[in-house]
Amino acid sequence: MIGTSLVEIRDGSLTLGGRRILDGVSIDIRPGQIVTLVGPNGAGKSTLVKVALGLQSLDRGEVRRLPNLRIGYQSQQITLDQTLPLSVRRFLTLTHSQPVALLQQTLADVGVPHRLDTGIHTLSGGEWQRVMLARAILRHPDLLVLDEPTQNVDIMGSVEIYQIVARLRDDIGCGVLMVSHDLNVVMAATDQVYCLNGHICCSGHPADVSRDREFQRLFGPTAAATLAIYPHSHDHTHAPDGSVAHGHDQADGLDHAHHHSHAHQDHGHHPDDAADKRGRD
Amino acid sequence: MTMLEIMSFDSFAVRAVVAGLGVVLIAGPLGCFVVWRRMAYFGDTLSHAALTGVALGIVLGVNPAVGIAVIGLVMGLLLLGLQQQRRIPTDTLLGILSHAALAVGLIVVSFMGTVRFDLMGYLFGDILAVTGGDLAWIYGGGAVLLAGLAAIWRPLIALTVDQDMAIVEGAGRLPVRLAFMILMALTVAIAMKVVGILLVTALLIIPPAAARRFATSPEGMAAAAVLIGGAAVISGISASFIWDTPSGPSIVAAAATLFALSLVAGLVADAARGRS
Repeated sequence: MIGTSLVEIRDGSLTLGGRRILDGVSIDIRPGQIVTLVGPNGAGKSTLVKVALGLQSLDRGEVRRLPNLRIGYQSQQITLDQTLPLSVRRFLTLTHSQPVALLQQTLADVGVPHRLDTGIHTLSGGEWQRVMLARAILRHPDLLVLDEPTQNVDIMGSVEIYQIVARLRDDIGCGVLMVSHDLNVVMAATDQVYCLNGHICCSGHPADVSRDREFQRLFGPTAAATLAIYPHSHDHTHAPDGSVAHGHDQADGLDHAHHHSHAHQDHGHHPDDAADKRGRD
Repeated sequence: MTMLEIMSFDSFAVRAVVAGLGVVLIAGPLGCFVVWRRMAYFGDTLSHAALTGVALGIVLGVNPAVGIAVIGLVMGLLLLGLQQQRRIPTDTLLGILSHAALAVGLIVVSFMGTVRFDLMGYLFGDILAVTGGDLAWIYGGGAVLLAGLAAIWRPLIALTVDQDMAIVEGAGRLPVRLAFMILMALTVAIAMKVVGILLVTALLIIPPAAARRFATSPEGMAAAAVLIGGAAVISGISASFIWDTPSGPSIVAAAATLFALSLVAGLVADAARGRS
């Protein structure tokens, strides 16, 4: 099994409504591997996830998925209608029933014990995020796909969620495909980061900065061990129309990461947006 | 007419109530999905298209209910097909289908100048003229529709919560959505006799909307919608006897009143919770 890709996308391109969303994208997720997608809003991250899941087909390129792959999927924002009354228990067992003990254990694992019979509309944003994570990991998937699992969660909450994901990967050896809304701070346990902006701008390992004193001071020792800075190294810049210009000064490390985040602003938290979309009492 | 005659099973009053209760048995649970999936406008499209169904049914010499069901299915299939493209949003598509169908229906009716039929009865329902045969249709058809809805209930709820998630987990194959369209088209055909094609959507969405406040599970909401719909049928038909008002509109007005009461009950409950 080791070495066989769970999902492999090769040279995938997709145009939707006249707009080129994906352009020659190749990614590959293996068992036990954590892959993080970063990139600005509209970079095609969620679309790429849908391609990997088989929800969206490509114009060109190839998607190969291991047959009978068990997938745990947490979509970016479930637009739950306020009119649909649903308990956490019911939400967790929408498509597959599970023993109550497993439901309770999983909720405890993600840090929201005793929430089994709570109505989902009364959960806080952070609790809801954890319940969605619990749902994704409940069936012990071969591939865990998390689209922005730390949205609306504070930094310590993100750290906890990353720890849960890393523990699950260690326990059951699943592959993980994760979309991060943060361009530069990713989960330290990530094996491969892909920076996407229509095409793959760059990819690599997150820098091992967790022992860096400044980083520790900023986030505290626990967070510093869980989070990592991903140093982007691009050999091109994007014009406002999205076209690619080569020949940009190549620079490595944190410095460049800063430039990068300025070039692609408007990717931050929008907790109000998400709350509005989901709606609650 | 004596009270005894009104109360006997043979009387048109009892038949009307029994017919109305039969319709809300299926309209309540199905209407919950119309509310959850924000498909009220699709209900309107079906009811507008139903006029074409009635007209074609009469022209072709078949039961208008069959015409309504067939036209409803065509509308559902057209919508599913047109939704595959992404340039035109669904509400615009529904507006086009709805008004095109209504226009065609009116044109067909204009050709029927010499054919006499009770247009008002189809538009606003004629529950007091329900026959034993109609009752058999409502209960037989309703039982089949309820069984169909029960069969797709769980995957349809998963699809309603999140379509992508349901598909990834193997619960969301296209036939479920197609089956739902079929159920809606057939329900409109059955409910048409009670409130008429113009008010069918009201019977689908008002009882579930009124039930929302009192429900903590999808099934609870469906059951409460049936109870509230039943109360609207009984009070609406009673009102139409007492004040000699048209029966279909009276049922819908009663349902709207119950919805308003549920809002007030909600406000009172919130205020009480705020004080404690």
